[in-house]
Amino acid sequence: MNVELQHIYKSFGAVQANVDVSLSVQAGTIHGLLGENGAGKSTLVKILSGFITRDKGAILLDGAPADVRTPANGIRAGVGMLHQDPLDFPPLTVLDNFTAGRAGGLFLRRGAAARDFRALAEPFNFALDIDEQVGNLTMGERQQLEILRLLSLGVRTLILDEPTTGISASQKTALFSALKTLAGQGKSIIFVSHKLEDVEELCDQVTVMRAGQVVGSAAIPCPTQQLVSMMFGRELAAPVKPPTCQDDVALCVENLVVGDDRIDVRVDELTVKRGEVIGLAGLEGSGQRLLLLTCAGILRPAGGRLAVRTAGGNLQDMTGRPYHDYQKAGVGYLPADRLREGLIWGLSIQEHVVLRAPANGLFVNRAASRAVADQSIQKFNIRGKADTRVGQLSGGNQQRTQLALLPSPLQLVLMEHPTRGLDIESTMWVWRQLIERCKGGTSIIFASSDLDEIVQYSDRVIVFSGGRVSAPIETAALTANKLGEMIGGKLGDRAAAAVAAN
Amino acid sequence: MDLNQLVVILATAIATATPLVFAGIGETITERAGVINLSADGTILMAAMTGFAAALATNNVLVGFIAAAIVGAAFASIVAFGAITLKQSQVAIGFVLALLGADLSSFLGNPIVLVPGPTVPAWNIPLLQDIPVLGRLFFQSDPLVYASYVLIIVVWIFFYRTRPGLLLRSVGEQPAAAFARGSNVVRLRYLYTLLGGALMGIAGAAFSLDFKAGWSNRSTAGYGWIALAIVIFGGWNPLRVAIGAYFFGILQSLASVAQSNIQNVPTQVFSVAPFVLMILVLVLTSGEWLDNLLARLPVGVRRPILRALRQPAPAALGKIFEQD
Repeated sequence: MNVELQHIYKSFGAVQANVDVSLSVQAGTIHGLLGENGAGKSTLVKILSGFITRDKGAILLDGAPADVRTPANGIRAGVGMLHQDPLDFPPLTVLDNFTAGRAGGLFLRRGAAARDFRALAEPFNFALDIDEQVGNLTMGERQQLEILRLLSLGVRTLILDEPTTGISASQKTALFSALKTLAGQGKSIIFVSHKLEDVEELCDQVTVMRAGQVVGSAAIPCPTQQLVSMMFGRELAAPVKPPTCQDDVALCVENLVVGDDRIDVRVDELTVKRGEVIGLAGLEGSGQRLLLLTCAGILRPAGGRLAVRTAGGNLQDMTGRPYHDYQKAGVGYLPADRLREGLIWGLSIQEHVVLRAPANGLFVNRAASRAVADQSIQKFNIRGKADTRVGQLSGGNQQRTQLALLPSPLQLVLMEHPTRGLDIESTMWVWRQLIERCKGGTSIIFASSDLDEIVQYSDRVIVFSGGRVSAPIETAALTANKLGEMIGGKLGDRAAAAVAAN
Repeated sequence: MDLNQLVVILATAIATATPLVFAGIGETITERAGVINLSADGTILMAAMTGFAAALATNNVLVGFIAAAIVGAAFASIVAFGAITLKQSQVAIGFVLALLGADLSSFLGNPIVLVPGPTVPAWNIPLLQDIPVLGRLFFQSDPLVYASYVLIIVVWIFFYRTRPGLLLRSVGEQPAAAFARGSNVVRLRYLYTLLGGALMGIAGAAFSLDFKAGWSNRSTAGYGWIALAIVIFGGWNPLRVAIGAYFFGILQSLASVAQSNIQNVPTQVFSVAPFVLMILVLVLTSGEWLDNLLARLPVGVRRPILRALRQPAPAALGKIFEQD
């Protein structure tokens, strides 16, 4: 189906999300909609699907004006959307999710629905158990379910909003091949993403948005730098990490054993120098988080010792001390789940500043905390005001806020997925800040599922695989290939010996 | 205790539980759509009073039930308007209505206190009534009791076997997802809040025109709150909500037997006991100790038991749906 959006306007209060946006997508093509976080891409496709009502503008489907004002209109007109956070019902089964919202008689007739489902899923090789609860599926499987459901409704234009966030590499391959098949059948696909490489790999055409407006479009292939400069208005260069390692030891771990109800990990020996960056690689849930939480003082190790360099300059044994002591010693922790563990949804940036400040009498010094908050906002380039609630900030700005709230001076920062969900510019900005900290002597230990990020910024890497932990490896001796092998389980002799000793 | 006595206790329990079945299932429907109607206690009192007055004036029980259902739906519409349209706190609105309904019913119902009036006639089912024990328990009741059995089954089928039932559950679980599937969330929530309110109104009339036969001030006070507790106890499943209601009925029935047999205990103890026991059961079935106990069982046995006992509330229960 040919889709045309003409002069779309949409504002939320004072924020103009879409300003005079026009877009045209041909039947049988995959059209990329590229832009950084907050560029207005999601708003635009939600308008097309009817999830949001436009303020002004026209939607033309196959040349005829379509009055799409609710999702019901959209589906009837043949437009279906896969939302970024899957809009499904986690406690219900796959089959009930598939059926909810489909037309039909009064009774559910699960047998017939199951047959329809299997017939649709088969050509795509989507292997989904129809009786499984959707809450137990992976993100990729939930996407597959949604795609099948939308196809069963007869959509001829399929919108996907950031579908490659949070799915595995093999699921991504399956998704891309399914999308190419659908385009081959004459359906139009709109692929919303902030990831350049995904758009370059999949799309035929790309439209770039910035700050609520279309800034250009191009046919793929197209030089990457041209797309980057369209996205950001200028060319971007990734920060290069200079050697920042100093001679003093910042953290010393010996024979550490720590576990939860699922997995136990053992770190025989780890000495982190001041200014050093240690990357933790491995599949998620292989124990990286346990090590981070232990070094942060949040989790008590079952055995072993842990010493941190204090502001005075000597190593102090911190084993078994409370979290508060770690904070005083200059250890900071940035969790991956920013809104659940790192920040408090309903409090403003200023209130976070107050919470972090040392307890100082009963009353809050509003003027002083306001000044500190304003300073942080300016220094960390946060797009928000002192009284903005952090829940309303975008992901990148939440991460900037977390960084702004870290104490100073800082001996050691522990981070989980420091740039997950951030666009390229925010990612680079975050690492530029972190590298500055390293130059000042702060050590960093971070876990990431992005191998390129690990190889690019770490001095040494520790690989976690199925409860086993490798010895730290110099990054210079490492390639992404080798790293992949190790994550798969080939950790080398030392780790195997450690397992045998257990 | 001989068999005859046991049958009397159980028959009384079923009669006691019938209004609670209506109220509990009404509230279940409303909460499954994501709205908490906390006004149950006030709604039941107002509906009991109005239903009795209407039946008294027309000398027609059916008119009484219709009036009660309308009052129930009217109270629910206030909750719906405040919660869905004005997007205010459902808990606050419901609570205020619960208090208001209690006092308003006493004020307006003053002239008909203890006035004799019509009641639902008994209706024994031919042949079936002669079955030993079962006939006495299930087939020598009145149309209202039979209707409550039908209600339980019909609502269960509606929830789990029909397309609109699936949409109802989805609206309370993830309204945004239901909206994305083309449902009109606002309209559905209004519909099921009013429907639930009407059933709660029928529960009120079931007290004043059947089970308690007549009106006196605050005669049903407390049952609305019990109905709300039974919905949680029943895990938002109509069958189990009904079981909860019958369980409470048995407790009440036992208490009245105990009251006539044990002399030295104040009567208040027996009238309060079922409520206390109900809370105790709620605590016991949701406590952590049960997890520890169940942890000793093999997985195959444990999971169905846990799934039966731990029904999570509808995820969007009491939350406001913002649609742009």
